[in-house]
Amino acid sequence: MNTEILKVKNLKTYFAINKSSGKKQYVRAVDGVSFSIKEGEIMGLVGESGSGKSTIAYTIMGMYRPTEGEIIFNFNGKSIVTKSNKRSLEFKKNVQIVFQDPGSSLNPYHDVRQILSLPLRVHKIVPKDKIEEKIAEILEMVELPASFMYKTPTSIGGGEKQLVSIARALCSNPKFIILDEPTSSLDVSIQAKIINMLLKIHREQKLTYLFITHDLSLMRNISTKVAIMYLGKICEIAPTEIFYKSPLHPYTQMLLSSIPVISEEEEALKPKKVVSTGEIPSPVNVPKGCSFHTRCIQCMDICRTEDPVIHQVSEDHFVRCHLYKS
Amino acid sequence: MENTLLDIKNLKVWYRTYKGYAKVVDGINLFVNKGEKVGLVGESGCGKTTTMKTVLRVLDSKVATVPEGEILFKNRDILKMKYNELQQVRKQSISMISQEPTAALNPVFTVGSQIMDIIRYSEQYKDYSKSEMLSLAVKTIKDVLIPDPERILNSYPHQLSGGMKQRICIAMALVTPRELLIADEPGTALDVTVQDQIHKLLKALVEEKKMSLIMITHSLGVARELSDRIYVMYAGNIVEVAQTKELFKNPLHPYTLGLMECVPRLYGGGISEGIYGYIPDYINPPAGCRFYPRCPSAMEICEKEKPPTVSVSEDHKVACFKYH
Ligand SMILES: Nc1ncnc2c1ncn2[C@@H]1O[C@H](COP(=O)(O)OP(=O)(O)OP(=O)(O)O)[C@@H](O)[C@H]1O
Ligand SMILES: Nc1ncnc2c1ncn2[C@@H]1O[C@H](COP(=O)(O)OP(=O)(O)OP(=O)(O)O)[C@@H](O)[C@H]1O
Ligand code: SF4
Ligand SMILES: [Mg+2]
Ligand SMILES: [Mg+2]
Repeated sequence: MNTEILKVKNLKTYFAINKSSGKKQYVRAVDGVSFSIKEGEIMGLVGESGSGKSTIAYTIMGMYRPTEGEIIFNFNGKSIVTKSNKRSLEFKKNVQIVFQDPGSSLNPYHDVRQILSLPLRVHKIVPKDKIEEKIAEILEMVELPASFMYKTPTSIGGGEKQLVSIARALCSNPKFIILDEPTSSLDVSIQAKIINMLLKIHREQKLTYLFITHDLSLMRNISTKVAIMYLGKICEIAPTEIFYKSPLHPYTQMLLSSIPVISEEEEALKPKKVVSTGEIPSPVNVPKGCSFHTRCIQCMDICRTEDPVIHQVSEDHFVRCHLYKS
Repeated sequence: MENTLLDIKNLKVWYRTYKGYAKVVDGINLFVNKGEKVGLVGESGCGKTTTMKTVLRVLDSKVATVPEGEILFKNRDILKMKYNELQQVRKQSISMISQEPTAALNPVFTVGSQIMDIIRYSEQYKDYSKSEMLSLAVKTIKDVLIPDPERILNSYPHQLSGGMKQRICIAMALVTPRELLIADEPGTALDVTVQDQIHKLLKALVEEKKMSLIMITHSLGVARELSDRIYVMYAGNIVEVAQTKELFKNPLHPYTLGLMECVPRLYGGGISEGIYGYIPDYINPPAGCRFYPRCPSAMEICEKEKPPTVSVSEDHKVACFKYH
């Protein structure tokens, strides 16, 4: 149970942009990220909008070529190392993704049956004459009626589209699923159902999830480990319990203090409100020193000049901040 | 009322499907006062977007019809407006932030040219010089907390992150402030710190310019922070409405209670089961209360009759037989 299914080593993904001045510049979307996920884990990847979460996901999937670094998957003792953006069929069967924007990731001209039958045929999951049966079964897994098969994405609501995307990811019986904000467009009741459904499939099919989200309350309840991203780098990573008990990085504290909650009890649990101030820096001109220093309320002199390195504070708790140097 | 900006009365919206009419919006009443921030909360598929698209009359008339109802905007019925008057309302009075940023942005034009178009064709800024327009565009992007405005203006939508696209849509709705802003799930793709600041921006704008806001959201936490009054919608019906404080202190409708139970809590405790059952089939909806098949406190009468809306206190109304 303790084998690592995914190991990401010093991953960098840069995008070139052409400024009118002619000088080549880069968006450093992912800038030296390392983490590993053990089989059966649910790792939450949380962070600022634009901090590179989806780019990590797309790079893992082979949709972007990494600028540097390695992505190593391990399925049943067989490891697949990738440095480019080529992915084998075997990889595609085992690793699936649910995209952030349900509206645009489904072909509007196909009905749900066509959308779901494609992966079933490509990965030869069931014989041809069993396809409709299987589709009904998968729809049931995500708790949609079988009659949904004949609907097209344009005629269904936002939440329902997300369910169809999840159904599509389940078609190939994957081992590892990246969920890019799978429930952020859904209401809490459906969210609860989808999460329960995802947790059930997670248990039954021994899956591993990389769960990208903004919802720290949700992660508190389902993840085994949480990583916080800021401007292309991981600034804190820890097992869930420890993470919520003693969040260390100033950005993490700022995040936790901004969560919208619905009761006074929860308000009391949040760290004291850290008002976010200061310019939000850009991944093209990453600030010198600690990239968070422009917004950090605990910023010290050293933070403006020296980039902190990741520091281990306890067994599985890592933080990138000058405050915690031993 | 003098103070009412938008007044939706007994609105019904149906979609044509091959199996018959899907009777989605089922006679809702909703009003927004001048300068008021109203939250509209409800399950996925309950008809929030449908309702608001009807207000702007942007639903495809080939598939959607409005068999009944009025949408009074400053006492004029939007549903009866001629094209010119309607365009006037769309251009000057109401703007909407779309729920699906990717669909709302044109993939073949840069973000910059899309924002510049809005500025160029607006009443307020049409006489600006090119460079004034450009600096307004830059300012708008900065306002929604996106760094690097120049890169962003030169980017195509696919080169931006999900949350950036969402903020661009917000920016586009804010360049030319209107009397009523309809924000359809504007914060879903944003992290909490940015979300928090965007909400503050919306709030400040609404308060400073005395605009009104309809905040569509499925997050009770967001509704709690951003609205004065909250409507709870279930399957095309408004089932409860109250001042925000009151609603959280004293939620009444079984559906509202169910929703509150589903919210993942910061103190842990796991994920709830979700409300039992599913949103009904709109083609053959339940004859009585539409929540009846899922309701833990259902009574006999609920199956047969539609619960009328009753006032339990001055501003607190609920449509449920438990309170009759
Ligand atoms: N194809 C691309 N070309 C150029 N820049 C890109 C491209 N894709 C992403 N970027 C840039 O990389 C950065 C990170 O984007 P990414 O989509 O990974 O963010 P994210 O963390 O997923 O944000 P969100 O929470 O808003 O979805 C952004 O500045 C974005 O503009
Ligand atoms: N063009 C259409 N044809 C047929 N049915 C439609 C059409 N558009 C929407 N519907 C249906 O109307 C219902 C309400 O959809 P709507 O998008 O208004 O919901 P919503 O409350 O905004 O949900 P969400 O929170 O998921 O955005 C859904 O069940 C949807 O399937
Ligand atoms: S290193 Fe300095 S600036 Fe960066 S988070 Fe820590 S205290 Fe703040
Ligand atoms: Mg993203
Ligand atoms: Mg909607």
